[in-house]
Amino acid sequence: MKPAIRLEQVSKQFGSFTAVSNLDMEVKAGEIYGFLGPNGSGKSTTLRMLMSLIKPTSGNIEVFGHNMNVARNMIMGNIGCIIEKPDFYGYLSAQKNIELMARANGLQYTAQNYLDLFELVGLNGRQQDKVKTYSHGMKQRLGLAQALVHDPNLIILDEPNTGLDPQGIIDLRTLLVKLNQERGKTILLSSHILSEIETIADSMIVLNKGKTVAQGRVQELLSNEDLHVEVEIENDIEQAVSLVQNSQWAKQYAGQEHKVLRFELAKAEIANLNQFLTQGNVRVQRIEFKRQLEEYFLKMTHN
Amino acid sequence: MAEFIALLKNETVKILRRPRSYIGFSVITFICLLLQFAFYQDGKEILSFVTQPLENTFAIQGKVLNGNLICFILLGTLIVQMPLLVALVTGDIMSGETASGTIRFLLTRPASRTKIVLAKWVASVLYTLALLAWLGIFALFGSRMIFGVGDMIALSSDTVTVIAGDDVNWRYGYAFLIASLSLILIASLSNMLSCIMDNSITPIVTAMAVIIVFTIIGTFEAPIFDSVRPYLFTTHMASWRSMFDDPLPKADILKSCTILGLHSVVFLLISIIYFKRKDITT
Repeated sequence: MKPAIRLEQVSKQFGSFTAVSNLDMEVKAGEIYGFLGPNGSGKSTTLRMLMSLIKPTSGNIEVFGHNMNVARNMIMGNIGCIIEKPDFYGYLSAQKNIELMARANGLQYTAQNYLDLFELVGLNGRQQDKVKTYSHGMKQRLGLAQALVHDPNLIILDEPNTGLDPQGIIDLRTLLVKLNQERGKTILLSSHILSEIETIADSMIVLNKGKTVAQGRVQELLSNEDLHVEVEIENDIEQAVSLVQNSQWAKQYAGQEHKVLRFELAKAEIANLNQFLTQGNVRVQRIEFKRQLEEYFLKMTHN
Repeated sequence: MAEFIALLKNETVKILRRPRSYIGFSVITFICLLLQFAFYQDGKEILSFVTQPLENTFAIQGKVLNGNLICFILLGTLIVQMPLLVALVTGDIMSGETASGTIRFLLTRPASRTKIVLAKWVASVLYTLALLAWLGIFALFGSRMIFGVGDMIALSSDTVTVIAGDDVNWRYGYAFLIASLSLILIASLSNMLSCIMDNSITPIVTAMAVIIVFTIIGTFEAPIFDSVRPYLFTTHMASWRSMFDDPLPKADILKSCTILGLHSVVFLLISIIYFKRKDITT
């Protein structure tokens, strides 16, 4: 099967500034792909090149096997997107905005189509309201509706969680997984909420300063990474420190603060550490670890 | 073609739904009604003030103050403001989308950028023609309803032409056609600036600034400007008035129409070429 997206040696230069440098990237059809990078890493520029808003200075972009330079119009008919933030004609109703979008895609929407779409994104009952009366979260939902209006096979979402309340984030996650698993949509998801990527993405890429710093299957990339683990002790902390320093855990021990011991260790070792401490009469009150991807991301981008 | 029609339909919806689009229609209605009321109240005094210098040479008889003359005066007054009213909507047509971010929605659809610019240009032209038609309805038909019809005295700074009542309609028809070419040029200029600039207001202001500067150069009687004057589009924008000259300066009118049309085409081409290459970074 041809990849949903293939970027070969793609670069973008703005004057003397290199926003993206020789980027290679491949998104397999049917997967959820995380697109990560700190601000200024070239993420938005790459997404804009993918959406033909910006022309690459050099390199090749293919979507479902079609070259962007040759088949741009056909490719665009197969992509739905939210780039940075969804924008609308505020003086028009949500339904009118969707009508414009549908028409721009060569579609004539029926009343049922509108109902289904607004239901899907959780905006039913508000479709006749002018968009300028919408909250930020509602605009995000409408942006998603706009991206899905023509039932595209590739969905590109840039920070779709922005402005959503916790329920909205859960709804969006559920919807994306549903679109991916039940309808086979390929999803390219850029987000600063790394736990979201870690939870739902199959593969990912990390950009920094316009270059790829990591790329591959999420679980494979994270499997060798140590977690930053904090263990809060209820009883004598000095005894716990001494116990750890004189054990096989001394290498993973990273220090102590108040009643908290810090470790750098693999996820699979957490249970063993807990067992060791309790067997040594250390009463463990809490074990907490930072999300693995968060650690990994910081490590990759700070280097 | 279906794709282009769909784009044009979208652009028309956007223009029709924006409150700003109705400012021009309101201004035209207001000024026409105001001036018609003024002529209705004090028309004879106003007219005698204008024709007084001529009364030593000519004997003016009959119903001079009629709908045809009022329309001529209204056109002369309003045609100066029309470019502003046109630019108010057409100067924002692309830059407004860039400023609000909806440009991303437009450019990530299957239609090519050329088609998008063309659809916006055609929508601008349709709006301009609608505005002019509105002026025609109020200035010509409205004035005729109030003041009646008859022979028309076409006044200019140095000549007075009397047009027979039977001759007035076709002359007005062509005058409106020439005026529409002038205003389409303004729409094309504003569209072009709108494609180049990202700010919503700047293209409108810039279009007006260009018109004001060109008009000043074109009307200021200084020898230094003589060589430039024939090439300024503003010089040819007033050529609708020539339709009321006798004999009709056909060659001059044709030349002006060609220059106005060519300017519009050049502005449109620049818009397409520039916009096709433009990176959308906002």
